Amino acid sequence: MKFLRMRPGHGEQLIAEGDPGVADEEQALIDEFCRQLDAGMWAAVPVTSDAGRRKATMVQAFDQIPRDTDRVIFFPRAAGG
Amino acid sequence: MMAAALIASAIVVIALMWEAFTPMLRRAAERIRAGREARAEGIPVYDPGRERRAETRARELLRSCVNDEEWEMYRDLGYLRVWGGQAGGPEEGWDLGGAPYAYLVYPHKPIVAYLPQTGQLLNEYCVEFPDETRPFGSPRLPDSDDVLAKWMGIKGDEQRLISSANLHLPGRQIDPRKVARDLWRLRQWERVRLERNARVEASGSVEPTP
Repeated sequence: MKFLRMRPGHGEQLIAEGDPGVADEEQALIDEFCRQLDAGMWAAVPVTSDAGRRKATMVQAFDQIPRDTDRVIFFPRAAGG
Repeated sequence: MMAAALIASAIVVIALMWEAFTPMLRRAAERIRAGREARAEGIPVYDPGRERRAETRARELLRSCVNDEEWEMYRDLGYLRVWGGQAGGPEEGWDLGGAPYAYLVYPHKPIVAYLPQTGQLLNEYCVEFPDETRPFGSPRLPDSDDVLAKWMGIKGDEQRLISSANLHLPGRQIDPRKVARDLWRLRQWERVRLERNARVEASGSVEPTP
């Protein structure tokens, strides 16, 4: 599983990568997930429905991330413009 | 006498040139001073190559997340149509009588809600995703990242995104004539795409996309 973060001037950056099936790596992913949310990020998981349509799911806790997903995208939280 | 006239003319020309070029020189000096100050404060200088590379990466990420039709729409038109998913309308308390509604998503511009059947504009939702870490001095995401963030927000938690935005009547930031033109372009684009897909199906071959 990869954690990607959108950043100005960069595009997406890989900020963490690990196998959630391995305890140490899962803990590292959980720590990074919490760090990103504490920093004000929103997290989304791109998913494909059974019908083949692509959509996204917003997640607010690590255990909401589908175990088989390959990436989570973090981006700054929305603010009124 | 001739020399005096030439000198007077030269003085006038110099005075006019001074008037014309002084503001330009002053602006150039200010730019140089601002650049020096930014470098002294550790703020990186604007690099168009870096921004282009960031945008290229952002487009690839967008392409990998949205549906093929949406990607082609953005590539060809520069904006996305995203269907709304709430029963009554974009906001709580609305009742559109079951009519489908959609959003036009532009990079770094408000999201425009509208009724596809009639083209009626509903609202503008002004929303940004500022990254206050400002790695290169600016909080703005690349254009395609901004569009993807809006797409994920609408698809993943429409109510949360809309409630985070500032609500305005149509026309506040985006000219309704431009939106009407963009909706017309979208209809034309869909018609051409449908015809192309029908031709491909009829011939049983794959037609290359631009």
